[in-house]
Amino acid sequence: MNKNIILIYAEITPDFYIHTVVFELIQKAIELSKSLENPSIELIMLTPQGLINGYKEGFENNGVDKVYVLENEKFRHYSTEYYSKTIIPIIEEIQPEIFLLGATNQGRDLAPRISSSLHTGLTADCIELQINEKGLLAATRPTFGGQLMATIICKNKPQMATVRPKVFKPLENIIKKETQYIYKEVNLSSINPQIELIDIIKKAQTTINDLDSSDIIVAGGKGMKSKEGFELLKDFANAIGGTVAASRGAVDIGIAPQEIQIGQTGKTVSPKLYIACGISGAIQHIVGMNNSDKIIAINSDSNAPIFENCDYGIVGDAFDIIPKLTNLLKQKKYKF
Amino acid sequence: MKILVCIKQVPDTTDIKWTEHNTIQREGVESIINPFDVYALEFALNIKKQCNNVHIIAITMGPPQADEMLRKAIAIGCDDGILLSDKKFAGADTYATSKTISQAIKKFSPDFDLIICGQFAVDGDTAQTGPSIASKLDIPQVTYVKSIENCDEESITVKKESDYGIEILKIKFPALVCVLQQDNEPTRPLINGIIKAQKASIKTLNMSDIELNSDDVGIKGSPTYVSKAFRAPNKRSEKFICTNCNELFEKICQCGVLNNE
Repeated sequence: MNKNIILIYAEITPDFYIHTVVFELIQKAIELSKSLENPSIELIMLTPQGLINGYKEGFENNGVDKVYVLENEKFRHYSTEYYSKTIIPIIEEIQPEIFLLGATNQGRDLAPRISSSLHTGLTADCIELQINEKGLLAATRPTFGGQLMATIICKNKPQMATVRPKVFKPLENIIKKETQYIYKEVNLSSINPQIELIDIIKKAQTTINDLDSSDIIVAGGKGMKSKEGFELLKDFANAIGGTVAASRGAVDIGIAPQEIQIGQTGKTVSPKLYIACGISGAIQHIVGMNNSDKIIAINSDSNAPIFENCDYGIVGDAFDIIPKLTNLLKQKKYKF
Repeated sequence: MKILVCIKQVPDTTDIKWTEHNTIQREGVESIINPFDVYALEFALNIKKQCNNVHIIAITMGPPQADEMLRKAIAIGCDDGILLSDKKFAGADTYATSKTISQAIKKFSPDFDLIICGQFAVDGDTAQTGPSIASKLDIPQVTYVKSIENCDEESITVKKESDYGIEILKIKFPALVCVLQQDNEPTRPLINGIIKAQKASIKTLNMSDIELNSDDVGIKGSPTYVSKAFRAPNKRSEKFICTNCNELFEKICQCGVLNNE
């Protein structure tokens, strides 16, 4: 009997780590596989020569049945051309039922290129994946700035979906598997690359990557009024051990840089604690932070929609409240 | 140099209506140009400022009233507009949309150098149509493009924002780029532009003009469909409004994430 393959794209970071979203997708795939007959959890990874041994333990402890390994020095940096042209024929050969990718910049660049070539559908940025009563992938995603959820079914195979990092949780317990490794021949000589990488400027410390990994985010909106207002947030963030972010409103009036913007046209975050200061809470902002464990709202307008989307709130002037909280934090620190 | 800019009209409202097929009801809803497609237009106009002989065509798929949006694009500096309009195009997912647009490009503008799309549309937010068009035309793509570094008749060098930093990429034509927010002030239409826009003849194409059939387009040509649409649930059921800072501070401490605990 044919296997029901759930294939996952194993994205590798520029430092050659497996992206955390891959383990989150594996966990979800294991859950989905319980509703499929004869399932197989498989990965496809493109890597420079000689790195695969370092990844094996991670696969074998996470319930991966099979890994397709494609090795070439050209895979040192992501390239849409080399990557898509390598992956597409492999997918045609292994014919997975489902193909999942992380909704990273790379995944969102690669996935539509592949789905379009394979004449199949793709559901982006899913927040839930299930197998429906017909055995098909039911992929739920927010649309219209998160106001509506749409569950999308794909009629063709593979059924493709992308999921943003931190939407699903990685595996908590080890699931041992005897992972099988299939080394595929890579031939890139027929590709005449039209895109040349001239330079890479690695990201400075205080930007988006920090927002990704931060447990506490202190976000400011238009209500912070000025760059000085954001200085108050920085002091507060330093005292609480958090990272500063902003709403689109703050970016638009020029008091915060775009790279720290949270929301529909910015970053999606899911810290343990999100403190929204002077942010009214437009739906476009909420979709970027609604996965946070706890949300605290500080706003002078008691009717601001942010109060509908918080766990704890306080109605008042952020310029008054933030310094008080900063002081309380500092006092607490010295008490212990 | 010939540039095509793909633009989409999106509803300018929070009041979303759905059809009986669970696709989005677009008729009778006020529409705007998707903000990221405005950036795509700005990006094209920036190329026009830097290079000679640049011809910009705005292209869209939508109902007849999308004509007005193309005229707005002409008013700010585009040279022509193409409207793909047919009742059979309705309900298309990103696959069918990109097939329709790429087919129109093959038929009516195959000699393009560069296609520019916005990175996302604010309604669907899939970021898929641009790369899908590039795939169908078998041309390279660069997504998350922030700005132009350099441009000549054969190539464009751009700054791309990735998850890990900034990449400078040189792209040979023909190619497609998906662009992010542009830093310059939005171009305002001048009086000449408005007159030009009023006089412009928008090329309107239907399904048979681009030689597709009804299995290729709209709902029938779409591999995906919406099986269920529902309002996003509010996850925060037990809201607590504090009356003073000390109370709020206690609540923050109870979250159990502070380092000094």
